[in-house]
Amino acid sequence: MSTIRAAAAGAVVMSLALAATACGGGTSTDGEGSNKSPKTLTYWASNQGASIEVDKKVLQPELDKFEKETGIKVKLEVVPWSDLLNRILTATTSGQGPDVLNIGNTWSASLQATGALLPWDQANFAKIGGRDRFVDSALGSTGAQGKDPAAVPLYSMAYALYYNKQIFADAGIAQPPATWAELVADGKKIQAKGKQVLGAEGANVSENVHHVFVFAKQHGADFFTADGKPDFTSDGAVSAVKQYVDLMAKDKAIPQGNAEYAQNQSVSDFAKGKTAMLLWQSASANLKSQGMSEDKYGIAPVPVQSGTPGTGTQVNSMVAGINLAVFKNTDNLDGATQFVKFMTGDEEQKILNKAYSTIPPVASAQTDPGFNSAANAVLKDTLAKSAAALPQVADESQFETVIGTAVKELFADAAAGRAVTTESVKAKLAKAQQQMPTK
Amino acid sequence: MTTTAEVEKPRTDAGSEPAPRPRPGRIRRIGLPYLLLLPALVLELLVHLVPMVIGIVMSFKELTQFYIRDWGTAPWSGLDNYKVSVDFDAPVGEALLHSFLVTIGFTLLSVGLCWLIGTAAAIFMQDTFRGRGLLRALFLVPYALPVYAAVITWVFMFQHDNGLVNHVLHDQLHLTDKPSFWLIGDNSFYALLTVSVWKGWPFAFLIVMAGLQNIPGELYEAAALDGAGRWQQIRRITLPSLGAVNQVLLLVLFLWTFNDFNTPFVLFGRAAPEAADLISVHIYQASFVTWNFGTGSAMSVLLLLFLLAVTGVYLAVTSRGRRASHAR
Repeated sequence: MSTIRAAAAGAVVMSLALAATACGGGTSTDGEGSNKSPKTLTYWASNQGASIEVDKKVLQPELDKFEKETGIKVKLEVVPWSDLLNRILTATTSGQGPDVLNIGNTWSASLQATGALLPWDQANFAKIGGRDRFVDSALGSTGAQGKDPAAVPLYSMAYALYYNKQIFADAGIAQPPATWAELVADGKKIQAKGKQVLGAEGANVSENVHHVFVFAKQHGADFFTADGKPDFTSDGAVSAVKQYVDLMAKDKAIPQGNAEYAQNQSVSDFAKGKTAMLLWQSASANLKSQGMSEDKYGIAPVPVQSGTPGTGTQVNSMVAGINLAVFKNTDNLDGATQFVKFMTGDEEQKILNKAYSTIPPVASAQTDPGFNSAANAVLKDTLAKSAAALPQVADESQFETVIGTAVKELFADAAAGRAVTTESVKAKLAKAQQQMPTK
Repeated sequence: MTTTAEVEKPRTDAGSEPAPRPRPGRIRRIGLPYLLLLPALVLELLVHLVPMVIGIVMSFKELTQFYIRDWGTAPWSGLDNYKVSVDFDAPVGEALLHSFLVTIGFTLLSVGLCWLIGTAAAIFMQDTFRGRGLLRALFLVPYALPVYAAVITWVFMFQHDNGLVNHVLHDQLHLTDKPSFWLIGDNSFYALLTVSVWKGWPFAFLIVMAGLQNIPGELYEAAALDGAGRWQQIRRITLPSLGAVNQVLLLVLFLWTFNDFNTPFVLFGRAAPEAADLISVHIYQASFVTWNFGTGSAMSVLLLLFLLAVTGVYLAVTSRGRRASHAR
């Protein structure tokens, strides 16, 4: 009898314990930040190098340096891009996340709206050396206008036109194209030599958005009105999207096969010398890892409609980059701030941006001669003069999804040989707009 | 709690002979099995029911990025999320309906083919011959492979420029005028169906094979004596005997295929082509990618209701059918 009773009691206790522990999960770290565990930090880095392993090799020595200086141990996790946003959303929802993390700078306003990230007000900026350390273009992509930034810039990137010198020489092209018309014309010469003209990631939602955003700027259009309402079907927006898709549908510059690319196959094609041109951000490190040395390709500004790159309709890149954010509920607020100061300090900025072939968003680090190569000159110039930030609205993430998907479907039409007309583009964009949140 | 309750059993038949005295601890003994079940029950609650209830609660909330940090503050939206989901004239509802119909078509085809191939293979593997064990093991490979690894291999094979499928169909057999796209556009439906059947039929094969072992050999011998051919044996003996197995098999295959997320997600990424826009990925996109967890939950609840209805009707119809055949 006693054994039965013991068994019964055991069963009850066990089930209660299970219930208790399972329920005790996500409640511990709600609320504001504290300094309860001043000796450790968790850091989620985005995947900047050719692989996760490369990132660990780049970052770990720097984190060790930080530990030596401050005694704070930083636990590093490099999160692949395919998972990063989901992981951040999960961390936001559960309150169980890292202390410091990298975010794609275009997500800043969306994540800012969740209220999970530490706002960088005057006082917080003062702790890391002041707002003035950062260049304006980079600060323009850190959150909605008129609000304290949700993150600080860490690495800056811009789109550029990468071109294969050998293919250009074979086709008798002396200068990289400066306008889209020139690009299409050069394309004919390149095709005559049996090479593909321009690589694109037609099924990659984010890439599509980055490109049509720039085209929209060049057509004098914006995807959002001044008060943040979606406006996808303006004439400018429609012509912009059509012009980009027409690079495949009409001009045949982008090969049809690229319509299904989403895993950076276009970069591989370029590295292998199959494609003559590529529009990409900071591709140098990636190309090198795929065996294409720097003397094989040239870097030029992304083409415009006419004239030279500048502001307004002469914009030829988005402000691409990575921001560094602190989760508001961190249990090591001072340490997290110190870490941000360390990562945005001149020395680390130089080391890390060189390793990732990006441009430092910190003005004083940009002067380093290491960032004066021809490649970086183009990127620096673009960022300073002719790059625009993607819409800094709370619905940015949805915007990327619906517009990127619309362009993907249009590319699929073009690849299948179906006509891409002003009407079909407008219909797709109208559908995309209807999918945007209405509140 | 049952363990501590001491209930005296009332004497009903006081007259004739003394009723057996309720032995102490009897109720405890009756209660014990339930007690031992308790941990499992609590876990079941935690793992299945609690998330389901939370999901249902979420579907009545306006849970966008502005509120996910603290769900409590998300405003109640009543039936708004459901209205948006089933308003088939508006884009969200229309897309959901389209996705739903695609999923139904896909599921019926996939389950049908899986069952057909699986059953055929199982029947062929029934006779002993050299290499049978090897073949049986080989047939199970697609089922045993990790989903991601298997599907990503298919992605490579379906590539337009240098995929194996186009190489065979176009370069070798010249069946098409030009290489086809399999991962975008309308063909994506067939690509998805191919992978799904390839991945699913070994399970049907395994289950039917197990079912076949229970059919007594004498039945076939008797039928052969009566002059029944192979085909008649299959129709008159094998298939009817497999009835109970098939009932469960088809239901399970239906539910798995209908809810399959991994295959379309690995094949097409987060934005599936319209022709292959399965409902699980569609809901994922409606909630995770556009950060509207309320609408996503509402769609999930609708899906749950639909699957419950299908399961209920299916079980009612099939078991009535079987009872009727038993009565005969």
